[in-house]
Amino acid sequence: MALFRTAEIIKASKLPPEGVKLSRMIDAVYFLPIAYLGVFATFHMHFDLLAGDWDFWIDWKDRQFWVTVTPIVSVMYPGAIMYYFWTFYRQPFGATLSLTGLLVGKWITVVLAWYWWANFPMNFVMPATMVGSALILDCTLLLTRSWMLTAIFGVWAFAMMFNPTNYALFGYSHQPLVIDGQLMSLADYMGFTYVRTGTPEYIRIIEVGSLRTFGGHTVWISAFFSAFISMLMFTIWWQVGHFVGQSFFWVKGKRGKMTRMNDTMVIGSDEFAARHGTPDGVAPGARVTARTAATTLS
Amino acid sequence: MASTTTMGGSDPGYDMSLWYDSRPLKIGWFAMLAAVGAEVVFQRVFGYSHGLDSMTPEFENVWMGLWRFNVIANIIFAAATLGWIWSTRDRNLANLDPKKELKRYFYWMMWLAVYVFGVYWAGSYTLEQDASWHQVIIRDTSFTASHIIAFYFTFPLYITCGQAVWLYARTRLPQYSKGISFPLVGAIVGPMMILPNVGLNEWGHAFWFVDELFAAPLHWGFVTLGWCGLFGGTGGVAAQIVARMSNLCDVVWNNESKDCLHVIPY
Repeated sequence: MALFRTAEIIKASKLPPEGVKLSRMIDAVYFLPIAYLGVFATFHMHFDLLAGDWDFWIDWKDRQFWVTVTPIVSVMYPGAIMYYFWTFYRQPFGATLSLTGLLVGKWITVVLAWYWWANFPMNFVMPATMVGSALILDCTLLLTRSWMLTAIFGVWAFAMMFNPTNYALFGYSHQPLVIDGQLMSLADYMGFTYVRTGTPEYIRIIEVGSLRTFGGHTVWISAFFSAFISMLMFTIWWQVGHFVGQSFFWVKGKRGKMTRMNDTMVIGSDEFAARHGTPDGVAPGARVTARTAATTLS
Repeated sequence: MASTTTMGGSDPGYDMSLWYDSRPLKIGWFAMLAAVGAEVVFQRVFGYSHGLDSMTPEFENVWMGLWRFNVIANIIFAAATLGWIWSTRDRNLANLDPKKELKRYFYWMMWLAVYVFGVYWAGSYTLEQDASWHQVIIRDTSFTASHIIAFYFTFPLYITCGQAVWLYARTRLPQYSKGISFPLVGAIVGPMMILPNVGLNEWGHAFWFVDELFAAPLHWGFVTLGWCGLFGGTGGVAAQIVARMSNLCDVVWNNESKDCLHVIPY
């Protein structure tokens, strides 16, 4: 695929077919069972315990907190994953990978736990989608090749697109109903029908404002505020990606000193160029054989 | 396996089995799938019939019986796995053949994959399943039909697999035997501390009714410790693996000096 320049990279490695096969097997073992499953296992926990309630129930998918909280929480992990895939491999699919993974994890649980064990109807506990927002975020990084521009424009679009992309799925539940003389939404009615421990807290949190509507412009106010916070979150989590991407070892020296040694984070450095050459084919100097970096801790 | 191994049937002219063997991944993955699957089916069979009231004798027999089984099974699994890895350790790592080291890196990645699969069952599946159960069943004990499988089966299971990842690296891979990998510590110890955090969680649930809000601050300890998983598959551990295997390939196939394998000296 031209986008990934795989053939060029394989050629530059100067590996024989056996070595190329080995590198493909690294991809096979690493990418799906470790990277993808690892992302959605921990991202699912992160998302559920920070924004889960708004995603669990259709009567929590409101005009205020659902639209505000979900993009903020769901842009955090993609920030770190985008850093990793973009900085280490120049692959612009970190957000899509994260959010499709989250959806896979969510849907497995919707079917096996919420429906099969707890006996809720699936449309009552159906998760929101953020795949459209993730595609926009990844495309912004690919086109601008700048994490700062991605934070400003991509993340803004990520949050603002959240409600429109979900409207086709959940818009029906905002239709007004009058039940026993009380005006409510269809989602509220479903919520009162399926009473659970999450029912009363929702009412206490949500119904305190004066702008009680079924959507309208209050949704966009929430989305705009969410976009602002999401931008900040993305920049923080891009740096989290940098932090967890550190790959140094602590090594004990002769006199018991712990020394920090870095063998792998040398991409773009003189050492890396000397060892592997540069993109234009010029290989400066002899390869580096000595230790690459050592800073004394104590 | 001395014969030439191929993926597509034709002879490629080299022996893959010298550096790759997928059996540990298949065994580990499907064994874990079978074990957790059996416990989930147990929940479906006995959840509503025996798992609603912790004060009843049948709860004590069926569910606390499963709890005792889970604890004992995990202790045996941990002792057997970690004991085997330690007792079969390599005592001559300084002279490890590069191709054999490549094979060990694949084995290690497979340990990582099984560990990640365990984290999936604990942090993704049983975690949200716990939410579904406690939205319909008000808890009257810390040992609910949901917790007995989440906290006392899947959590120790992935923790043992994580410790196995750590021990395998320390005993069989030169880089990790010579130094302490910062990201590996994060990837193993962070998720491991989720089990002690269950203590905080149950303490909070015992004295306050917070089931109605899954995103309650009481649960945020799980979140921050789960973030440490980023150190592994999409962080420094993966970077270390890729860099080391790249150097090993250069030595094996591109006639590079072995000096590049000894950045961290013995």
